[in-house]
Amino acid sequence: MLAVEMKGISKHFGLVQANQDVHFCLESGEIHALLGENGAGKTTLMRILYGLYRADEGEIFINGNKMEIHSPKDAIAAGVGMVTQHFTLVPTLTVAENIVLGYTNSLTLSQKLIEQKVQAASERFGVSVNSSALVKHLSLGERQRVEILKALYRNAKILIMDEPTAVLVPQEVDILFESLLRLVKNGLSVIFISHKLNEVMTVCDRVTVLRDGKTVGTVNKNETSREKLAKMMVGRETFLDTQRSSRKTGESVYEVKDLTASGQQVVKALDNISFTINANEILGIAGVSGNGQSELTKVLTGILKPTHGSIKLEGQEISRLSPGDLTEAGLGRTPEDRHEGTIGDLTVAENLALEDLNNYTKNNILDQKKIHEDALKKIDEFQIKASPNDRLRTLSGGNMQKVVFARALSRRPKVVIASQPTRGLDVGATEYVRKRLLEERDRGAAVILISEDLDEIMALSDRIAVLYEGCIKGIVPTSEATAEKIGLLMAGVC
Amino acid sequence: MDEFIVGLIAATLRVATPLIFATLGELFCERAGVLNLGIEGTMFLGAFVGFTAASMTGSLWIGLLAAAISGILSGLLMSLLSVRLGVNQHVSGLGITLLLISLSLFSYRIIFGESKIPPSINSFDLLKIFSDNPVLGPIFSQYLLTYIAIAIIPVVWYILFRTTFGLNIRAVGENPEATDAAGINVYKLRTSALMIGGALMAIGGSFITLAQLGSFTFGIIAGRGWVCISLVIFGNWHPIKVLLGALLFGGVSALQLRLQLKGLKLPYEIFLALPYIVTIIALTIAGRNASYPAALLKPYKRE
Repeated sequence: MLAVEMKGISKHFGLVQANQDVHFCLESGEIHALLGENGAGKTTLMRILYGLYRADEGEIFINGNKMEIHSPKDAIAAGVGMVTQHFTLVPTLTVAENIVLGYTNSLTLSQKLIEQKVQAASERFGVSVNSSALVKHLSLGERQRVEILKALYRNAKILIMDEPTAVLVPQEVDILFESLLRLVKNGLSVIFISHKLNEVMTVCDRVTVLRDGKTVGTVNKNETSREKLAKMMVGRETFLDTQRSSRKTGESVYEVKDLTASGQQVVKALDNISFTINANEILGIAGVSGNGQSELTKVLTGILKPTHGSIKLEGQEISRLSPGDLTEAGLGRTPEDRHEGTIGDLTVAENLALEDLNNYTKNNILDQKKIHEDALKKIDEFQIKASPNDRLRTLSGGNMQKVVFARALSRRPKVVIASQPTRGLDVGATEYVRKRLLEERDRGAAVILISEDLDEIMALSDRIAVLYEGCIKGIVPTSEATAEKIGLLMAGVC
Repeated sequence: MDEFIVGLIAATLRVATPLIFATLGELFCERAGVLNLGIEGTMFLGAFVGFTAASMTGSLWIGLLAAAISGILSGLLMSLLSVRLGVNQHVSGLGITLLLISLSLFSYRIIFGESKIPPSINSFDLLKIFSDNPVLGPIFSQYLLTYIAIAIIPVVWYILFRTTFGLNIRAVGENPEATDAAGINVYKLRTSALMIGGALMAIGGSFITLAQLGSFTFGIIAGRGWVCISLVIFGNWHPIKVLLGALLFGGVSALQLRLQLKGLKLPYEIFLALPYIVTIIALTIAGRNASYPAALLKPYKRE
């Protein structure tokens, strides 16, 4: 029997057609992957099913009955639950309060009673949570379990999971898959949104692929392969595995020693970090989000002053230099959040000139002509789809990132610090950014790649350092690294 | 006990009463994620409507009820602007304050005209408990509304922390997306918080006309609404701590009046400024650890 049938769904936002005549069927008791690139319309489709968006056109059937879903309340009543990518939990409330939120009939609220109820549900469904803990104290994996239990507590028979593994370390992913398989055995049907082929092939029964808001097709897992799915997803062959050439790295260029820094919440966001990078080398810094990546980026780029330790560039101490002086010293960086490194209301040309204004100033007046001409050159070289006078905020994420890259790399820096360089980019832009980083390495730069995407780290790095609670848990050459090994380090196990 | 201190305590409670009501009202709004800067105007409206209704009907209780209703309407207006239409909360709140103060003054002129002696009503009587006791007697010689103000603090605490409605309010002020996803109507919830908040603010304002003064003057609220905004921060959005803040402000206000009467040779403006200076200092100290509701000032829109 079909648990869910979505027929001819269309939805647009302004000029963007997010879904166009999409068809989707979920059978009872299966795990069904919804696969597609960023921006393919997967989340939009599921937000329609969960009542967060209204479709412009199309019909939704649940268990064979036509449904009008106006709000999450209707979806919950129809037995649909959703675990969104950005968790919808209230950090200041307890686990039990979050789970009963919107789902109690009683006027008063006894903490003890709801904690007991939630704990009982936790045991019944085999999803372990601590019902009296405050959500803000939980890890991302634990928060996800709270979200799942929240849906099950509302008697969800159909569970939508939006990119559930994005925030998890590999070991937590295994736990998640085990509990999903167990829940499915007990009658749950699961829609699994993902753009990661490996996990889709591991856990799902059938796969529906979306591209540019349209259904490409639905296939059984047994009748397909990673390569075929990848082709359906992007419509062409892609960058699946590494293009690492084996070659020798150069001399040590950049040396970080005993670096300690404090963060906003924690005293020691970075704790005695040491590593060196050679010319012609990419050092990947892996780790689960929030283990010191932001602070490390800030310290390396001169925004945050370390409390202790040294950073040396070709033997010269640079840890106390200002961001401007660091640029002069030969450091190129792309910030963690590209909106932080650019100014939306300025033009593309002005943003490109921002880090190097001395070079563009004549008699204390900006040399507009030179800014414009150089911008044209960089736009051409870095394939930015924009004209120099466009306001930066009108650009797509990928083009914005290219502006950041163009600005940082056109000075041919000795050290490149790239923090989360492909976060939120589509496949095309991601590919470009990764290729560019490899080119920088081949040119002779020392590249530090800080990323939460383990696949990206594994594909690009020569060596991998793992950050856990502000410490470096280990540095492993990529040739010896496996996802399991890195995963254990990311979880702080060894 | 010293007569001076007994008198000071009694006066502190009296001065703190309107602040307690209005601050609890503001607390409701802010816990739901709306900074209601309409508070000054709503208190002013409450003072005016309470006085007018009481003088027309001769019943103080009808006056109080009318004030509460006017506060609810003010909350609805704030909800329309900041919750439904998503207007910036600073702008809509300040706009409402300006509107309500002008509207009240205008209506007062029309209804009562201009006269040398301002019209007055027979205000609430003092309710005396322990009247035989020389210490407790004067302290517990208060208006009924003062006792109610103290009594509703635990009630507000209970509603916020021990009822489903309170849980929803706390959730929507922290994460409206999560609240919406849990199947709760964010707009209705915020609107009801603003209505309750408005009623409490207006009752606070009407206390001054119906109990303390028995008449209406143009400078009647004199920035008390703004003080309440800072008391919410001082109390870290917690009803019990709010009481401490209200008593501190009330205490310093009562003290400065008494110090003026002592005939110290200082310009009287310094005394008048004293409670506000103390508020700023207290806020600077307490405000450092303030944990603002995460969704405060952010209009919620689903798409």
